[in-house]
Amino acid sequence: MDFLTLTGIQHTYFTQTTAVNALNNISLHVQEGEFVSFLGPSGCGKTTLLSIIAGLIEPTDGQVKLEGKSVKDSANQTGYMLQQDYLFPWKTIEENIFLGLKISGTLKDTKKAEVLSLLKQMGLENVEKHYPKQLSGGMRQRVALVRTLATEPKLLMLDEPFSALDYQTKLKLEDLVSNTFKTFGKTAILVTHDIGEAIAMSDRIFLFSPRPGRLHRTFIIPDELRNLSPFEARNHPLYNELFQTVWKELESIEPEEN
Amino acid sequence: MNQKKTELLHQEYLKKLNRERKVVRIYQLLIFIAFFALWEISSQQKWIDPLLFSSPSKIWNMLIVKTMDGSLAVNLGVTLAETVLGFILGTLTGTILAAILWWSPLLSRILDPYLVILNSMPKVALGPILIVALGTNMTSIIAMGAIISVIITTIVVYTAFKEVDPNYLKVLQTFGATRTQCFREAILPASFPTIISTLKVNVGLSWVGVIVGEFLVSARGLGYMIIYGFQVFNFTLVFLSLLVIAVFATVMYQLVELLEKKLIKSNQ
Repeated sequence: MDFLTLTGIQHTYFTQTTAVNALNNISLHVQEGEFVSFLGPSGCGKTTLLSIIAGLIEPTDGQVKLEGKSVKDSANQTGYMLQQDYLFPWKTIEENIFLGLKISGTLKDTKKAEVLSLLKQMGLENVEKHYPKQLSGGMRQRVALVRTLATEPKLLMLDEPFSALDYQTKLKLEDLVSNTFKTFGKTAILVTHDIGEAIAMSDRIFLFSPRPGRLHRTFIIPDELRNLSPFEARNHPLYNELFQTVWKELESIEPEEN
Repeated sequence: MNQKKTELLHQEYLKKLNRERKVVRIYQLLIFIAFFALWEISSQQKWIDPLLFSSPSKIWNMLIVKTMDGSLAVNLGVTLAETVLGFILGTLTGTILAAILWWSPLLSRILDPYLVILNSMPKVALGPILIVALGTNMTSIIAMGAIISVIITTIVVYTAFKEVDPNYLKVLQTFGATRTQCFREAILPASFPTIISTLKVNVGLSWVGVIVGEFLVSARGLGYMIIYGFQVFNFTLVFLSLLVIAVFATVMYQLVELLEKKLIKSNQ
């Protein structure tokens, strides 16, 4: 059975004057342990779809099933990382990474030790008592990753988590995230408008076209790239080839911009 | 060599800062002395009517007399207690009301026009009603001190609650947080700076409410001293009360500022 199944997802936003069709008949499957990307220009409803999968928004029509159960009933199974770290500035790093456990009432000493060691694995030592303001953007995003992983979600959703970082930090974090997810065997969905990032990190890329958001095409990343770290993948000859293919496809779905 | 030069420049910079600070202090003191000196002289030279405008020396003597017979301490104590209680009650009630409005968006939409009406209404005009309802005692004066600040606190704090970045709530919701947890973990702490700044405004407002309340009840307190002095044409007493109010209102404001610095510091 598929790990995550979306069938006929349809979503419409209503306002006083208009009804905007944000997503149109989206069906897809994701296997356990797979890393997939949602790629597409702005306005294709990527973030809306992510919120639907996370159970934050109820779709107008269609179903989301995680391990055969509706996402509404399986709260706490999904972790969500946002464009910016959104660490709580009035909480220490420690309080921030324990937040999910505190909310679900499962904050125990053994769990605490686990999460703190995860923080160490991310290369962050002796920052537990610091406040987010004292850390750099890259460090903060790593803390946010620890916060997301702390509740041991089965499915991780990343909503352009690297877009606010400088290029060098972004490349380093891509490797770290990819490596961590592989080690823990996590299933992940990455939302991005960065073609390179999608190719370097994913097993499959779902390309969306805008207004209304539709699933346009699926790219399967060849094994040669999949087995490399994102940084190494960027240097592989196949990477450029694939980049061109995806680029042309993206161009073809938004001709009005030229 | 270079480091020495930097150090020297830094010393000079500090000296300059110090000098500027001194100049400011000296002028502040000069204005203070000039004001009271001019007042004293013009009163003694009869440039102004000494019966109406009194003089600093008369006020000083009055201060000693009223301190000796203990009446100043009693009146000051009453007014301070009323102001502090009114201030705390107003701020607390306002914040709780804001929380209730945040909790129920429907309720907030229903109550919106009433909040606008209550806010634009001059609260001191409610004084007579309060006295009739609660009696001519401290309770109605405290109620005046509170009622004057409660609506504006509600509106300002509620606006702050609504303006908290929704992404913080999104983070909490993905962890399956309830509305109570969202309020405790994100909404309230994110709004602390706004709540503190309404405290500052409320200090001033509570003084207004309490003094007007004492005008109306006319039993005890600094407001009573003012209205009594006015009625028996003892303006020295009126000025004494005004100066005491000025001093203590400033002290209270400074205390709130101190609290602000402490709380905001822990936030960094």
